[in-house]
Amino acid sequence: MASFNLKINGTTLEVEADPSTPMLWVLRDHLKLVGTKFGCGIAQCGACTVHLEDNAVRSCQLPVSAVGDQKITTIEGLSENGDHPVQKAWLEVDVPQCGYCQAGQIMTASAFLKNNPNPTDEEISTAMNGNICRCGTYTRIKKAVKLAAADSK
Amino acid sequence: MTLVKTKIGRRSFIRTSALAGGGMMVGFSWLASCKMTPEQVNNLPKEWFDINGFLKIADNGLVTIMSPNPEIGQNVKTAMPMIVADELDVDWKDVIVEQAPLNLDVFQRQLAGGSQSIRHGWEGLRMAGATARKMLKQAAAKAWEVPEAEISTAMGRLEHKASGKSAGYGEMASAAVQEEKPDEAPESIEAPEEVELKSIDQFTIIGTDRKNVDGPNIITGKPLFGIDIYEEGMLTAMIVHPPAFGLTYKSMNADEAKGMPGIKDIFHVTVYPEDAEKQWSDGGGIPELVAIVGESTWQCMQAKKALQVEWDTPEALESTKSYGDDLSKLLEAPVEKPARADGDFKKAFAGASKTIERTYTAPFLAHNTMEPMNFYANVTADKAVLKGPIQTPEFLEKTLASVLKMPLEKIDIDMTRMGGGFGRRLYGHFGVEAAVISQKVGAPIKLVYSREDDMTQGTYRPAYKVNFKAGLDANNQLIAWYVKGVGTNDDLIFENRFPAGAVDNYLAEKNSLNTKITTGAWRAPRSNFIAGAEQSFMDEVAELAGKDPIEFRLELFERATSNPVGDPEKNDYDPQRYAGVLKLVKEKSNWGNGDKARGVSAYYCHNSYVAQVLDLNMNGNQPQVDEVWCAVDCGIVINPISAKNQIEGGIIDGIGHATFSQMTFENGAPQQQNFNDYRLIRHSEAPKAIHSYFIDNGIDPTGLGEPSLPPIVAALANAMYKATGKRVYNQPYILEKEVVG
Repeated sequence: MASFNLKINGTTLEVEADPSTPMLWVLRDHLKLVGTKFGCGIAQCGACTVHLEDNAVRSCQLPVSAVGDQKITTIEGLSENGDHPVQKAWLEVDVPQCGYCQAGQIMTASAFLKNNPNPTDEEISTAMNGNICRCGTYTRIKKAVKLAAADSK
Repeated sequence: MTLVKTKIGRRSFIRTSALAGGGMMVGFSWLASCKMTPEQVNNLPKEWFDINGFLKIADNGLVTIMSPNPEIGQNVKTAMPMIVADELDVDWKDVIVEQAPLNLDVFQRQLAGGSQSIRHGWEGLRMAGATARKMLKQAAAKAWEVPEAEISTAMGRLEHKASGKSAGYGEMASAAVQEEKPDEAPESIEAPEEVELKSIDQFTIIGTDRKNVDGPNIITGKPLFGIDIYEEGMLTAMIVHPPAFGLTYKSMNADEAKGMPGIKDIFHVTVYPEDAEKQWSDGGGIPELVAIVGESTWQCMQAKKALQVEWDTPEALESTKSYGDDLSKLLEAPVEKPARADGDFKKAFAGASKTIERTYTAPFLAHNTMEPMNFYANVTADKAVLKGPIQTPEFLEKTLASVLKMPLEKIDIDMTRMGGGFGRRLYGHFGVEAAVISQKVGAPIKLVYSREDDMTQGTYRPAYKVNFKAGLDANNQLIAWYVKGVGTNDDLIFENRFPAGAVDNYLAEKNSLNTKITTGAWRAPRSNFIAGAEQSFMDEVAELAGKDPIEFRLELFERATSNPVGDPEKNDYDPQRYAGVLKLVKEKSNWGNGDKARGVSAYYCHNSYVAQVLDLNMNGNQPQVDEVWCAVDCGIVINPISAKNQIEGGIIDGIGHATFSQMTFENGAPQQQNFNDYRLIRHSEAPKAIHSYFIDNGIDPTGLGEPSLPPIVAALANAMYKATGKRVYNQPYILEKEVVG
């Protein structure tokens, strides 16, 4: 066990955990930030995506000991009132079916659009390819990412 | 005018505290994602009045509507309350939706399966809304001393035009209760024995786009799913199940694992004792497991790695390779009696001018809901409280009563939103496991499966093999049709579906191969394979006849309409509705024009009709679907924006599994364990666009969560043929070889 001071969603939180514990489980089990989802545990499905600084990363593969001073943003901290352009677009297009993978999808999309505000369809497909949706909402996800890009202009 | 019996207990207007009822929901989900305005804060409800178990009305006019059925992503949590709200005549923006717990005293068929929630719930939901509206009118008639028949309702308000009196529902409910004994139902207002339902043209909410009621909570990461439950004093549990089908528990060495940080206990557990009364919903539940209980998920996962479990091999283990041969032998073996026989197939086939025979196969599939199996349980000496993702809470409760030796009334089950179902959560063994583990450790626990536990547990879509034969006469008329289907623990064939009734000489046979690998319902059971095979074969038969594939099918529907073969009552489809969707998709896709490789398919299942046209390009051996046009007849569409989502999802899901996915087994051991070796369709592989169209016929609503999946498999295969000149017979198509069966 070790103690970590983590910068999460704009505040510093202290956590006692084994240094090998992935951020996914620190967020969920220790901090009860359950918006970040467990899907596969091996960085194949994207359900656990968070932002490390400005980059989308798989929190299931990020040990708490590797975070240090870097800022982590989860779905709960993406916006104060659920009004990030990507979140708004998700509601407008009515993307979710079961909804389980959508936080990860939104975190991937929001990091992607920050680096590439005017993406082509192909760039969207490539960026979103690491996030699986078993319900099959891919066509709506693409529509929502494009809408968020247009609204951010 | 439709009058229906109310079937509701004669109770009414029960005052509930603001906290116990919908009041909590206001704090929780209604406004959770946005900041409340001062006006909203000032206007929070002070009292709620429970009208009939389905809905509560607040003094300020807000309405809480219970969604009775489990939500697995089919969006009944929006659609079912929409139906109640429409008959109640309220403004949708005043509606708060709450997931009902299992309560069969109030609700019927609290089950998510077979795409039947709306079809079976339709009348009951309308009745609940209409009953409440009538009772509010009765209260107004009494208060205003005017005839009830002169009172009209709209947008949550009552009005008596002649006297100029009007009141909101909340005011009226409040006044009705105040007037009489304050904590009892007013005696003069009782649930009526029958109520009048709206006519279709009076609907104001049904048929309009209403966004997912959980949308704001989903996009902000609120705790909605079973796996998100964290209760005071709760421990985490994981299980170890046999690594191969056919193995049983022998012994374990848990010395090291038990000493690891955070680990509370590790033990062998009997989930289903020999005297347990199992339900069908216990499916492939494994009777004996090893349980690990600890403080956190990661600690349990670490202990699991250190744990050594030994397994017995009481019988020979099975491999998928042998199933291929076993299913082939079963296809060739005679059956005792046909599932259906019209005319004389053998004779007609022998005398046909042209004949064709084809065999199709598909492998086992895992469900792979994105939320792995999990359940919360707190079992004490005199009570069992369970919460989690379950499609069949009623049956879970029955099994728990037997396993825990506890009466039903001491078992409470709450349903959480589910991170996918697809049939997997019909089989609630994980709920039983959670309860048994909680009982043994004497603490509340949340059982969580790892992805590997989830993918290798069983309850798969069966592996299938099907053989078709068809014969044409000299005029290229279809005169003989034969289908024989076999599957693992499943016999595949719906003998009374199309083209039964459209062919003079028709023979359907089926058989099943018993295997140790457990199987279960997987989105559109049996249809998910047989539709693709049948409609691929139909395409080849049409080609053999030298006819356009749509025209060929329409001719058969015409035959089944004008001069059906056999007893038309036996055919479980309506050929005119079938033809209707095919004609609509033909028009919308501009069939017959353009130079794209395109395929067509049509199928009927879950009481709904679907026809699809699909365009694609090939990228090596991988199809890249460009566009899909889909025509659907599911009767009245409750919520079009969400209905289209279901259609799109089924199409992508169907294309994905037919193209990429498979489960294989060696000596009983699953060869795919996680998403690195089990391939699911990804974003770049999905169609570029899907266009959905619905037949507007005012017929009562039917299934929507499953019917778009089965036919797309053939639309894909038929388009692949157009692109490559080569037919595909074995799923997954990307492998170009038979995997199993």
